Amino acid sequence: MTPVPSVAPGPPGRLLAPVADRGNALHPGAWWLWALGLAVAASRTTNPLLLGLVVAVAGYVVAARRTDAPWARSYGAFVKLGLFVVALRIVFSVVLGSPIPGAHELFTLPELPLPDWARGIRVGGRVTAEQLVFALYDGLKLAALLICVGAANALANPARLLKSLPGALYEAGVAVVVAMTFAPNLVADVVRLRTARRLRGRPTGGVRAVLQIGLPVLEGALERSVAVAASMDARGYGRTARVPPGVRRTTNVLTLGGLLGVCAGSYGLLAAQGAGYGLPLLAAGLAAAVAGLRLGGRRTLRTRYRPDRFGPRSWLVAASGVTVAALMIHANGYAPAALHPGVVPLIAPELPLWPALSVLPGLLPALVAPVPPARAAVHEEPSA
Amino acid sequence: MIRFENVSVTYEDAAGPTLRDVDLTVPEGELVLLVGPSGVGKSTLLGAVSGLVPHFTGGTLRGRVTVDGRDTRTHHPRELADLVGTVGQDPLAHFVTDTVEDELAYGMESLGLAPAVMRRRVEETLDLLGLADLRDRPVATLSGGQQQRVAIGSVLTTHPKVLVLDEPTSALDPSAAEDVLAVLQRLVHDLGTTVLMAEHRLERVVQYADRVLLLPEAVLGTPAEIMAVSPVYPPVVALGRLAGWDPLPLTVRDARRGSDGLRARLPERPAEREPGRGPAGLLPRPVPSRNPAPPVLDARGAGGGAPGPGRGRGAGRSLFRRRRAASAPVAAPRADAPLVDVDRLAVRRGRVEALRRVDLRVARGETVALMGRNGAGKSTLLSTLVGMIAPTSGTVRVSGLVPHATEPRALIRQVGLVPQEPRDLLYAESVGDECAAADADAGAEPGTCRALVAELVPGVADATHPRDLSEGQRLALALAVVLTAAPPLVLLDEPTRGLDYAAKARLVTRLRGLAADGHAIVLATHDVELAAELADRVVIVAGGEVVADGPTAEVVVSSPAFAPQVAKILAPEPWLTVEQVEGALRA
Repeated sequence: MTPVPSVAPGPPGRLLAPVADRGNALHPGAWWLWALGLAVAASRTTNPLLLGLVVAVAGYVVAARRTDAPWARSYGAFVKLGLFVVALRIVFSVVLGSPIPGAHELFTLPELPLPDWARGIRVGGRVTAEQLVFALYDGLKLAALLICVGAANALANPARLLKSLPGALYEAGVAVVVAMTFAPNLVADVVRLRTARRLRGRPTGGVRAVLQIGLPVLEGALERSVAVAASMDARGYGRTARVPPGVRRTTNVLTLGGLLGVCAGSYGLLAAQGAGYGLPLLAAGLAAAVAGLRLGGRRTLRTRYRPDRFGPRSWLVAASGVTVAALMIHANGYAPAALHPGVVPLIAPELPLWPALSVLPGLLPALVAPVPPARAAVHEEPSA
Repeated sequence: MIRFENVSVTYEDAAGPTLRDVDLTVPEGELVLLVGPSGVGKSTLLGAVSGLVPHFTGGTLRGRVTVDGRDTRTHHPRELADLVGTVGQDPLAHFVTDTVEDELAYGMESLGLAPAVMRRRVEETLDLLGLADLRDRPVATLSGGQQQRVAIGSVLTTHPKVLVLDEPTSALDPSAAEDVLAVLQRLVHDLGTTVLMAEHRLERVVQYADRVLLLPEAVLGTPAEIMAVSPVYPPVVALGRLAGWDPLPLTVRDARRGSDGLRARLPERPAEREPGRGPAGLLPRPVPSRNPAPPVLDARGAGGGAPGPGRGRGAGRSLFRRRRAASAPVAAPRADAPLVDVDRLAVRRGRVEALRRVDLRVARGETVALMGRNGAGKSTLLSTLVGMIAPTSGTVRVSGLVPHATEPRALIRQVGLVPQEPRDLLYAESVGDECAAADADAGAEPGTCRALVAELVPGVADATHPRDLSEGQRLALALAVVLTAAPPLVLLDEPTRGLDYAAKARLVTRLRGLAADGHAIVLATHDVELAAELADRVVIVAGGEVVADGPTAEVVVSSPAFAPQVAKILAPEPWLTVEQVEGALRA
């Protein structure tokens, strides 16, 4: 076999996705649009085979394109959370009963007699196969939604997403990012202190251990927050430009008025009556809020270092997610039965061909998104 | 550039002012080093320059501090951000963003620099600090030295006229510290940055300083002037004072040039150091009899002794096999059985092989120093010895027990570890409670721990909160807690971080006393001077493997990175500490 030439890739080489670096990174918004597209698709069906397909597509893209960064490890946690939701949904269905009528009775739990005012609530009682299958489908749908969010979280750096916020919201965004690092640090502290308990000859597990180290952990977290705040202050966080008071007042009025308008407008749209004034009010509110934010941006001096660009690859990724969502919504029109397999009577779900094919565009990011660099270079630092 | 006019700082519930009547002027482009014992207000003075004192810390500042004409009373730290760059002791507490490149850009974004300027400066800074390969890495995955360089880089990008550094090298291994200091010197020489730095490890920094500020007296002078009167000084100065050199040498080079007279007065070799004895040979020998070649030395696998090129790995190996085979039939007496017996130990964490094929034996009464880069696996090895980490393969025995499979209560009677952050070991609200808990944990007589504390740090009240102790006192308290269970093996992880010379000297005395009582001591440290003063043996770990293991004098003298200053000055003769030289001169 001849060795593959490593230089001068021919036309096929040029079509391959480049190695990711800061310059060609996908816009985090693109990943979120893609993931939300998949989530919308998942929310439109209860067919477990289709839901499994959506999860598989998301999982494949994550496996192909995630980095070794700490936030990328959260995907596993989201998958576990999804499974937990499924289990919880089934447990609730068993314990609290379900309005689904069913003929296949599996077993009967002792029913808790409830007073008259709690009519309509049931604890214990008959458990049927239909109600369990219904709960399973429902739980799977929620789990698929969670896993899609987890995929976005693993693929897009949350801090970079917040960097794309308008200038006026930037400082709030930084506060959120700092707050988000609080939780992982807390977990690391708990682990460290629990192992340190061993050095005192105390058992490391159990509720008592956690209670005893609670105070030192919180103290440490607080100290670290103060240290980060000091560092941010010394590095210029919160420097503001002087703006005339008139501009400041106008900003406040526009932002507050705009938000009120948005609230009232959405209420009008959602409520049964009032669709006539809802849309214009919403539009006016949005315009005012945007103007307020832009004007508010004048107070901040901040500039942005290498903001992520919404380039062609970002567009492709975002479009693939939107396509999946649109195709699935469309499929609800032509094959509603296949997308929502019945539980009464119980039937085995089938994999409908066209809806299944319409999930597959979601795989596009695994081809077009830049490939993260090889993982071997990552080196974990022991606490030496 | 920086002016202090009659400045006093008093914190809220403090008895007296932390800084008193400081008057000084630092001109532009100078590297000024702050020296003085712990607790004289070095960090407070640094904080006053960046405005964090008193705007952030509280307390009252009297007098006036001006930086480039800006008064810190009327300017908040953020309004000084374009002028003063501050880097604290712990780089992780400094980071706001999550990747190297963003971290470098953060300060410039706050100041509102144009994107093109930011991009250029980030690239320049990446090159200046040798960080170009790390630009996309999350900061949490970097090593200590890399993090410290990123922290310095992150304040350099705003081109501050003043750089304020609080112990920038105390957590770093010798070579990483050299890197950081080289960068600072470049800044002072090439860019005219004014640098104000506090550092306990004077042997690393004093030769770079243009002037030295001695606290609490607040005297500013040339390094030689101040070192002649300072209560804290590096070994090279100690040797100079001992030999009566004038002017005092500040660098190994100066001292070497003037060392001919001293060499002539010294005997050929220092008195033989015996395991378990202090270098000066003042303490009684703990173990009555010992084989001519202690088991700890011939049990080395790869490259025993000095890592010289002439000694092949194969040769060491076969020697090892032969000796062990020869001595196997003879049942070793109980007292001579090694306390620690580590055989072909490997530890993996995920994909990372933290330790590989590590062999280590430690006898009673012996002091061993583990040295090596940040992240070489020293802490992992210590954690394995106390059972916090289970070995992936190989065996670990401490007094015949398998640490990770032993009940914590039983294990603390055999081995105790003082962790890198002694605070991790302390849970209680007061020193008294902490001691009572330690007695209960160890099943010792009530009052055992308290008596140890009184011996190690006299004058600490029972009601004091552990948080309010100084670094040295806290370390002593943690050590007392560990010693309450009277373990024959005591482990210390980086014990001299943040200690001044006086606290370090007290620690050395205590540890020598412990060794004399027959305790085995293993310490992981970057502090070459500490290793030279304490250790009978030095084990150098690199990339998770033991690369050198032998008597301190042999291992340390041959290594440029791990040699203490006295060894560098008097090489090739194996003198290690000023104390040894002093003893020889007196004899």
